[in-house]
Amino acid sequence: MNQRSGFRVGLFLLLAPGVLWLGLLIVLPHAELFLVSLRERVAPRVYESGLTNYLEFFIEPLYWNTFLRTATYSVMATALTLLIAFPVAYYIAKMLRGRPKNILFLLCLLPFWVSELVRALGWIILLRETGVVSTFLQTLGLVDAPVEFLYNDAAMLVGLIYTSMLFMVIPLVGALDTLDDSLIEAGYNLGGNGFVVLREIVIPHAMPGIVSGCIVVFMLTLGNYVTPTLLGGKDSLWFTEQIYNQFILRFNWEQGSAFGFLLLALSSFIVWAGLKLSRQSLGKVMT
Amino acid sequence: MLPTLPQGKAARAIYGAYIVGFLVYLFAPLVVVVAFAFNDSNFSSPPWNGFTFGWFVDSGPDRVGLLHNDPLTRSLAVSLQVALGVAVLSVAVGTCNAFLFERHKFPLRGLLYMMMLWPLVIPGVILGISILAFSSTVANSLEELLNMDIDFLRPGLPLVILGQFAFITTITTLVISARLRKFDPTLEEAALNLGASKMMAIATVTLPYLLPAIIGASVIAFLMSFENFNTTLMLVGSDAPLTIQLYSMMREGSTPVVNAVSVALIGGSALLVLALIFTDRGEKKAR
Repeated sequence: MNQRSGFRVGLFLLLAPGVLWLGLLIVLPHAELFLVSLRERVAPRVYESGLTNYLEFFIEPLYWNTFLRTATYSVMATALTLLIAFPVAYYIAKMLRGRPKNILFLLCLLPFWVSELVRALGWIILLRETGVVSTFLQTLGLVDAPVEFLYNDAAMLVGLIYTSMLFMVIPLVGALDTLDDSLIEAGYNLGGNGFVVLREIVIPHAMPGIVSGCIVVFMLTLGNYVTPTLLGGKDSLWFTEQIYNQFILRFNWEQGSAFGFLLLALSSFIVWAGLKLSRQSLGKVMT
Repeated sequence: MLPTLPQGKAARAIYGAYIVGFLVYLFAPLVVVVAFAFNDSNFSSPPWNGFTFGWFVDSGPDRVGLLHNDPLTRSLAVSLQVALGVAVLSVAVGTCNAFLFERHKFPLRGLLYMMMLWPLVIPGVILGISILAFSSTVANSLEELLNMDIDFLRPGLPLVILGQFAFITTITTLVISARLRKFDPTLEEAALNLGASKMMAIATVTLPYLLPAIIGASVIAFLMSFENFNTTLMLVGSDAPLTIQLYSMMREGSTPVVNAVSVALIGGSALLVLALIFTDRGEKKAR
């Protein structure tokens, strides 16, 4: 009996930090955010509850345009990241062995230990009007005057893809590594060409990796702040910037909370749908 | 395509060129950031005016290097403080969580485990605003109730630490759990048979076994905290950590001193990651 109650106390002591952490920093703050998003300020310090903040989102074109833009560009960035990363992951997993394989894999991971701001700074130096690419093209004589490559949607996409690359390459290499070479050989022996083998054997096998990579990349792109604000132009407004503007600049927490909840809903829906489609669990995808 | 299969030389060459191109894409931004930190010019853009350490060591008046740039050195100190705080807190709670989930069965364990993973799918900006909203509600009610102002709950470093801790703890929990799962419980039982108390067995047998994971988790937590931007942006008060300071300098268009900071950051994370790899390797050899 004594031992058992000792065990109970031990369990309680272990449980406490985790429950406090999740309760005070995750659950209650999000509940509060939801409550704030349902509030409407009718006079100073007087509030009514209602869906006004959410209605405002649908009435004001700027808001939902930004939301749609952010979602569309996130999908595009995810698809492009997958397209660019897949051949690289296949090369690492299937074309190389031993030391060269480890070295190339490590090289792909290296840039991501560096802060996102530093990576954005790199793209600014490369792409701006007085930057490296523009100067290089002038030296080659391909253009006569400085060209501005920065502050547009393409530059923003380049930066977003760059930032996400690691989160696509790792799951893809993981999935492709487990594909047995003999299956690919069999595919060729049975008369398939490269394209057929890719479609019928490689991609189906890599599907779990593709799905986890896409989920993580989409989520991170959607919630990105630094890359769109630094590399995008004046029109490249990102939804996280809207949230920041409402919360910090306009001090309209009610509206900002509603925006936050909409972004959270979109992000969670995509994660949930991706997991359902691939029949995977969150724990598996994240680790 | 496989190295063991006969295939066209051209296809192989194109594939190789693609990989080289990919590596150029990965490293070009970092290379220019580092290169222009040493350029003897007031702008981080071409032409190359010769090599200098000026952006690190000059004390003015026309060029203020990193070591004499007060806002930057101050923000570096702030970041170190925050990162240390986050690392200690998140590793402590993460270790508790690891024991809780790996060693105990209790009601709602599955639900709690799923909740533990949530912070990974919450965009950083939203985590930031939710904690901001909740803490100021708590602060306001306490102010009305007790008639005292609690600075701790207003935007500032304690909130930044809590905000980063909120999601980094998930990572430390996963890292430490993974190692605890591999631990052979008979070792602990042997210690108990030899007369150790439960606490003593854990302190002398289990914790030393977990040490590599604890060190690894601390390094990861430190780096993630140091580089965090999104959550920090929403919770920051008057003392700006390095990422916030760097961001505002980049938005205003700064001198190459931002490149110098980036070089310091790259060097710092490279050292930490190398240390991590070497402890890992030493650990593998010892086994």
